[in-house]
Amino acid sequence: MVSSKIAAAIKQVLDATEADGLLAIEGIRKEFPGVLALDNVKLRVRPGTVHALMGENGAGKSTLMKIIAGIYQPDAGEIRLRGVPTVLKSPLDALEQGIAMIHQELQLMNWMTVAENIWIRREPKNRFGLIDHSKMITMTEELFTRLNIVVNPHAQVSELTVAQKQMVEIARAVSYESSVLIMDEPTSALTDREVQHLFSIIRSLRERGIGIVYITHKMNELFEIADEFTVFRDGKYVGTHSSKDVNRDDIIRMMVGRDITDMFPKIDCPIGDVVLEVKNLTIPGVFHDISFSLRRGEILGLAGLVGSKRSNVAEAIFGVTPATSGEILVEGTPVVIDSPSAAMSHGFAFLTEDRKETGCFLILNCLENIQSALITRSHVKAGFVEQSTVTKLAEDMAATLRVKTPNLYEAVENLSGGNQQKLLIARWLLTKPRILILDEPTRGIDVGAKAEIHKLITGLAAEGVAVLMISSELPEVLGMSDRVVVMHEGRVSGVLDRAEATQVKIMDLAAR
Amino acid sequence: MNTTTQSIAQVDRSRRRLPPELTILLVLVGISLTFEILGWILQGQSFLGNTQRLSIMILQVSVIGIIAIGVTQVIISDGIDLSSGSIVGATAMISMSLAQMGSYERALYPALTDLPVIVPVAAGLLVGVVCGVINGFLIAYTRIPPFIATLGMMVTARGFAKWYTKGQPISFPTESFAAIGKGLAPVLIFLVVAAVMHIVLRYTRYGKFTYAIGANRHAARVSGINVERHTVKVYAVAGLLSGLAGIVVASRGLTAQAGMGTSYELDAIAMAVIGGVSLSGGRGSIAGTLIGMIIFGVIISGFTFLRLDAYYQEMLKGVIIVAAVVADMYRQRKRAKA
Repeated sequence: MVSSKIAAAIKQVLDATEADGLLAIEGIRKEFPGVLALDNVKLRVRPGTVHALMGENGAGKSTLMKIIAGIYQPDAGEIRLRGVPTVLKSPLDALEQGIAMIHQELQLMNWMTVAENIWIRREPKNRFGLIDHSKMITMTEELFTRLNIVVNPHAQVSELTVAQKQMVEIARAVSYESSVLIMDEPTSALTDREVQHLFSIIRSLRERGIGIVYITHKMNELFEIADEFTVFRDGKYVGTHSSKDVNRDDIIRMMVGRDITDMFPKIDCPIGDVVLEVKNLTIPGVFHDISFSLRRGEILGLAGLVGSKRSNVAEAIFGVTPATSGEILVEGTPVVIDSPSAAMSHGFAFLTEDRKETGCFLILNCLENIQSALITRSHVKAGFVEQSTVTKLAEDMAATLRVKTPNLYEAVENLSGGNQQKLLIARWLLTKPRILILDEPTRGIDVGAKAEIHKLITGLAAEGVAVLMISSELPEVLGMSDRVVVMHEGRVSGVLDRAEATQVKIMDLAAR
Repeated sequence: MNTTTQSIAQVDRSRRRLPPELTILLVLVGISLTFEILGWILQGQSFLGNTQRLSIMILQVSVIGIIAIGVTQVIISDGIDLSSGSIVGATAMISMSLAQMGSYERALYPALTDLPVIVPVAAGLLVGVVCGVINGFLIAYTRIPPFIATLGMMVTARGFAKWYTKGQPISFPTESFAAIGKGLAPVLIFLVVAAVMHIVLRYTRYGKFTYAIGANRHAARVSGINVERHTVKVYAVAGLLSGLAGIVVASRGLTAQAGMGTSYELDAIAMAVIGGVSLSGGRGSIAGTLIGMIIFGVIISGFTFLRLDAYYQEMLKGVIIVAAVVADMYRQRKRAKA
């Protein structure tokens, strides 16, 4: 009787596993202030498969992975592990339940040895309760042999190459007897040979019944290593297919396929003379031979995938991290830009990519945030800020841009993302720039604010400002730009006119 | 109307938040009243009613207060200055050595006696500024943490002060030099310094840059602020004020010793922290530090007044410093959640 009950229970679990696979995600929703990152998404990973997760930047892939790894908690939805509903309270909890994540930024402790990194918190002890180093080394060697990894267990992690570090992370994940392994763009820093080695390890893990979730941008990798794939777009689930059933174009269409509505009120305005010319801009190892020109009234889109170093180019032009070689010409005259301050004196303004990290002074109020760039150049007499004049300018600009805040003395951290972004734009408009560099001007802000910012950018171009706009959202690039420069791994891979630019063409140049 | 959806066009200045200084002021009032009540119970007399006691109290803390003003702006810029106490020692020695009377036959520099008071003062201030500039340069251009750079200066400046006369004290200043620290003069100097710095931090570009760098170094740089150059200035000003404190200390004591100012840096940092200056930068004010300084003074004179053991005083000081930082962390976490 008892045994039949147990058998029934086992059968129930097995049936559930059959239906669910190894890991089932259902109806997951995650909202961050001002942005819905995941909206009712699902994912199903079967044991012994590699499941690729695809989507444009900002599609919500990384957010979902962080939920599965226990870093974020979902606002709604269910995670089932082998058919059993599970709450993953923390990364440690996830690890103990058999889910391990290999991060894009590797998470090893640099000044410790390889063996110490792998067995941390689980070090073998000798009979005095002290750590048994020789046993730890042996265990590491066994693990590495099993995985066909060649790394010295005694080596300090700081001495390893990126590929070796990745192997160590994988070994650590396997040592937890994980059944689900999440890899977030594992090949982004590897050479072709290292990639092949990684793939052979992934294949051997697959044979051992481990389910691997593999995030990637690269099409050829998808076809080489993945059994199935799921596509997300704008935080929503698009579809799941076997990678045998589709081709490259199908996937691109799934990733970008959406209509461009009147989100982008691009008005054609007269395009004037060349204001900015960039020639062979290079920082060895980062980007190479970047050349393009920008005209008065033109919006030049700069497209590319994460890792294409678009932002580095913008930072070089603005003098945050100056290029080591190449030329920058403003209105035909070569200029030296070795600091943001120098760039500003040539009429540049730069809206940085990361609003919170490099843009806002979160703990200061709106007024301080708006005026910070202006008072480096003007409106100061004998060291004293001409506060009443500056305040008036700031108030007018905030009103023009329709910043919503109770008053200008509110701390910026209390504002929504869209309003923070408008404040930063206000900061730069007060300096009356000739060349405006916008890095992801609408990232992480809601649709309404997006449309307003788009209208604003178009208006500025109409007034004769030259705009260089970096964006990871293809519809934005297509909807706003007069021309599009596409970058791939630190080089310009193509320039498209507004007439010829399509999402597929851009993706083609960006993903190679 | 919902205030968050209100347009900026209707700016409403009245809705500014209550400043954190107000909370600290309440703490000060609470501590003072506690001593007042204990005074009546244990001593049968008023604590606050005695103006002489209050002026002595202010005098006791005003020299460290001068340093605390400099340290406040350093901490606002997301730095720290551990060297101020040692700079006091060094500048006390230098300025006193140039301020000796000609009638004193064993003067350190017999040829340089009875100099006009401007000479020792300028020399003291100059040494302070040089120390500050070195701090600033190390921090801004070699990128070593402020804690380490100023720790190095702390040890070096103290060593310099001891080396200067091989440990011998220097005494017998001219009358005009002795006047600098006489009576309530240090209080007056402190008030002038505090008032000037209050205006500088609030209304000048220097102040705006200091807060901006402390709030977000990277954003400050992208805004076109020369972060490195400004950092040097901030530490130079802190050094200048430490130098000024050294002059006042030497003058008041009528003698200079190499050990002068020992642990002043910690008291100065404590005053700023108690006054609500955030150790993570970007937040704080001279008003807050002023209140923090008075809290310090009240505790010292209150314990003396109650004839309690001085050891309790130190222990309570320690507790209050930690409590102030915990309160700051709590405030930040609450903000982060909002």
